[in-house]
Amino acid sequence: MLNQLTISELTSRLARRDISARELTQACLDQIARVDGTVHAFISHDPADALAQADAADHELAAGVTFAQKPLLGIPIAIKDVLAVKGHPLNCGSKILGKFISPYDATVIEKMKAAGAVVFGRLNMDEFAMGSSTETSAFGITRNPWDPSRIPGGSSGGSAAAVAADEAIATLGTDTGGSIRQPAALCGCVGLKPTYGRVSRYGLTAFASSLDQIGPFTKNIEDAARLLGVISGHDPKDSTSVAEPVPDYVAALDGQIRGLKLGLPKEYLIGGLDPEVKAAVDAAVKQYAALGAEIVDISLPHTDYAVATYYIVATAEASANLARFDGIRYGQRVDGADPIELYTRTRGAGFGAEVKRRIILGTYVLSSGYYDAYYLRAQKVRTLIRNDFLNAFKQVDAIITPTAPTAAFKIGEKSGDPLQMYLSDIFTISCNLAGISGISLPCGFTRSPKLPIGLQLLGQPFGEATLLKLAHAYEQSTPWHREKPAPIA
Amino acid sequence: MAATDIDVKYVAHLARIGLTPDEEVKMSAHLAGILGYIEKLKELDVTGVEPTAHAVPMVNVLRPDVVRPSLAHEAAMSNAPAKANGLFLVPKIVE
Repeated sequence: MLNQLTISELTSRLARRDISARELTQACLDQIARVDGTVHAFISHDPADALAQADAADHELAAGVTFAQKPLLGIPIAIKDVLAVKGHPLNCGSKILGKFISPYDATVIEKMKAAGAVVFGRLNMDEFAMGSSTETSAFGITRNPWDPSRIPGGSSGGSAAAVAADEAIATLGTDTGGSIRQPAALCGCVGLKPTYGRVSRYGLTAFASSLDQIGPFTKNIEDAARLLGVISGHDPKDSTSVAEPVPDYVAALDGQIRGLKLGLPKEYLIGGLDPEVKAAVDAAVKQYAALGAEIVDISLPHTDYAVATYYIVATAEASANLARFDGIRYGQRVDGADPIELYTRTRGAGFGAEVKRRIILGTYVLSSGYYDAYYLRAQKVRTLIRNDFLNAFKQVDAIITPTAPTAAFKIGEKSGDPLQMYLSDIFTISCNLAGISGISLPCGFTRSPKLPIGLQLLGQPFGEATLLKLAHAYEQSTPWHREKPAPIA
Repeated sequence: MAATDIDVKYVAHLARIGLTPDEEVKMSAHLAGILGYIEKLKELDVTGVEPTAHAVPMVNVLRPDVVRPSLAHEAAMSNAPAKANGLFLVPKIVE
């Protein structure tokens, strides 16, 4: 089935005119019709609009446009509901935005359209990207394609599930504390969080502005390299995007990893780590050694403080960012006698429990009398965490860890205990605080039930080419990325 | 920095979030747990450590002061919950 193929496989078939972009998009739409009643990766999608884009791609292919000119021509790519796509709904998994329709395209969407992609669908997510299981969405839960009684991870749970269930060829998500890498691990696909500043955030609804990055979910590493090449680069509309040249990420996938140094942090192989996850990561480390990489024991001594630091920094930034949802300029409004009453009612009715919790926590840690004790102290610990990584990168080219401490957990298992949910991000959170790059790729399965296990590689700032090279070499020497979940009824 | 001194009603007011009495009770319990966990940051000596607000610090990012295309008025108003004469309608602020 066409929807199961990778971007590399599809572009060569499209170039030969062996298949049409319409057939390919239709194959994805058919798969959505077949499985999304169960998976619910999509909040909504517009089949007619997707097919019209596919037809336009077919016209361009007929007119001789090449993949060198438009690297994603005719490839259906679905979008997390936090990125603005002109003329389409944008809800951030929340009730508060009501019937909001984006009046403009996010920069990543402009870039994908310019590259010829069929940009479609609104993928489910934790409300405002706040969660690790996609259970806080106002639009219902998403189910893990490997076991529908389990969560797909989060916050980009829809983005991961759609790729795992072959409902799209690739997807975009966002990662503030692991929201790309953790769901990619739990759904058995590839998820890449670029270095802070690598990809423009213009048109991404901000959660925590100093931590958020946009990145791809794909079926293999080569596709991640292709997509990253399209969406990266400086954007005058995002003053935090960096004018660092964008290398040819696909060209970096040359298998030459002999002599590269991989750091194994002792702090990541302790407490709460599932034995099957540990065994899979241990085996991956051995595989890297067999491929010629040098494994170096390292220490990231402030790892244990990352979750606490994150839940101060991220909630503080969120409390400021989400002030814009006040019922005045867009979204749902609940009327009040005066503006304060209008705001309070609108936000009380529009936000879900987790978002309220984080805004209130963020407001508290910034409030008079508590700022120094919480926010300023967390910013200082952030420096220590960042220095841990910068010191490690003096010794090693990348760091190897599990992506998540366990495989996918059951729906409802952690939703009543916010702190337990937060601790499921323990291995991914430091990367965002330090602003470095990270990727998750499949490295095995638990035995019973069969659930994917993710391997995380963390790279230097703007070290994505090395990360992708390392990930690709491992992928090509292991069978995991070729495994598919059982057909979904 | 005591873990349980958060006055949820007051902070929710600062955040302009209306909570039901039931939500206030649940929120207090959850926040007490989270703040208790966050206390562990006190274990660290951060004397002399500079705070990090941004991992990739860039300051004074400027552009030439020239007019650029921007969102049209109508597009900017298109999602307004209440509008008239090209303006957002809000409750009366001045008596």
